Amino acid sequence: MLLKVEDINVYYGAIHAIKGVSFEVEEGEIVTLIGANGAGKSTTLKTVSGLLRSKTGSITFEDKDISAVQPHKLVAHGLAHVPEGRRVFLQMTVEENLEMGAYVKNTGVEEGLAKVYELFPRLRERRRQIAGTLSGGEQQMLAMGRALMSEPKLMMLDEPSMGLAPILVDQIFEIIQSLHKAGTTILLVEQNAQMALSVADRGYVLETGKVVKSAAAQALLKDEAVKAAYLGG
Amino acid sequence: MVFFSYLISGISLGSVYAIIALGYTMVYGIAKMLNFAHGDVIMVGGYISFCAISYLSLPPAVAVLLAMVVCTVLGVLIEGLAYRPLRQAGSLAVLITAIGVSYFLQNAAQLIWGVTPKIYTSVVSFRLPNSLTRLGLSSEALVTVLSCVVIMVALTTFVNKTKMGKAMRACSEDKGAAQLMGINVNATISMTFAIGSALAAIAGVLLCSAYTTLLPTTGSMPGIKAFTAAVFGGIGSIPGAFVGGLLLGIIESMAKAYISTDLANAIVFAVLIVVLLVKPTGLLGKYVPEKV
Repeated sequence: MLLKVEDINVYYGAIHAIKGVSFEVEEGEIVTLIGANGAGKSTTLKTVSGLLRSKTGSITFEDKDISAVQPHKLVAHGLAHVPEGRRVFLQMTVEENLEMGAYVKNTGVEEGLAKVYELFPRLRERRRQIAGTLSGGEQQMLAMGRALMSEPKLMMLDEPSMGLAPILVDQIFEIIQSLHKAGTTILLVEQNAQMALSVADRGYVLETGKVVKSAAAQALLKDEAVKAAYLGG
Repeated sequence: MVFFSYLISGISLGSVYAIIALGYTMVYGIAKMLNFAHGDVIMVGGYISFCAISYLSLPPAVAVLLAMVVCTVLGVLIEGLAYRPLRQAGSLAVLITAIGVSYFLQNAAQLIWGVTPKIYTSVVSFRLPNSLTRLGLSSEALVTVLSCVVIMVALTTFVNKTKMGKAMRACSEDKGAAQLMGINVNATISMTFAIGSALAAIAGVLLCSAYTTLLPTTGSMPGIKAFTAAVFGGIGSIPGAFVGGLLLGIIESMAKAYISTDLANAIVFAVLIVVLLVKPTGLLGKYVPEKV
């Protein structure tokens, strides 16, 4: 098992945001967490990457307990997190952003850049441009490219389709699939449940901080309750 | 010719402001706090170099290095002991703590070195030919301006070209995202304080070499002026600190020469108010809109 999250409980002050969530990601899988706004999807990802702490339970990555590891040390373990809202460094150039993605690496930065530019030719064209001048879609590519620079074993994507035009959403999901084919394990959080389930192997449905359903993605796509709640009937 | 000598004294004073302003602006850019104790680190730098030269008879260059080392350690200690525990606290709590640290340093200096002014011997020992000094150019002014230019170039290169410098910029923009890249935010903030305080030591030595009296309160007025310079140039911006510092020094020197010595400070701050009314981000400050 690559990632195993067991019974985590996360609080924002008095608000109990995550109530005993457990899930697993196997090597080579695309696993998606779907759910409405506020269901706790992003909070779950932030807890895995150490930005938030769980009061209970455990998070193990490659059989190592990472629940108390400082967030900046997780990248070196092979965990990359593409945060919600992309959060690229707007005042730095595209290439500098990518270099930051490889911050923990001492070698292979050039090769990493070449790989990312191959995957996102758009970024190569704009490598000297300030990231703040990129479009939303380009910024999403940059955020994903930046995460890839650390050569992660597991890439966590938080709402990669948020705020993007439909044609760009399709493009981003094609990229997710090609990353997966190239061997990256992906944990995907999405409000666009239709798209997420169509690329994923398995899915977990989150409702108000709890996992209410988990199954193969294809099964969830056909599930009547899931259809009614998340797939527009 | 008189105008030229006022200009030189303005540029020289402005260079000191610029070096101090760099400390304010870098710390603000990365830790998002105003370190009001920064001015007093200058004073400590002044006293350390004074003691090294007068009591230990060390050569000036060694004295400057010693002052830089002591101030660097002091800056990192201040950050770690006083500011780091307040990382999650409101900005008002941090601001008040910084003012507290400032008083603490001034009073500690008073205990150690007393309130009688020390007469500082300039660390600059060479003399310029008469043809230059007649124009109002002193060897101290020359060293000050050169130091400022060297520091600016070095710091700009560091921030734009090195991995550590880029990590500092990343932290200044988004600490959460920087952590996700594997950047140790606390270490980066310490580093920023270290650099700012080392620069404060240099500023202290240059300031005392030009004005020769050293008191526990020596750092406070230049500190406030340099803070003004940082805001004037656009807080958070390194070139802004340079431009703001120089302009502030020149305005102050010209106001003293042609308007009134008593009103010079008032004029300096009035200019700041006008600039902020017209351009709230300062001369070179950037407003970065968020893209959704």
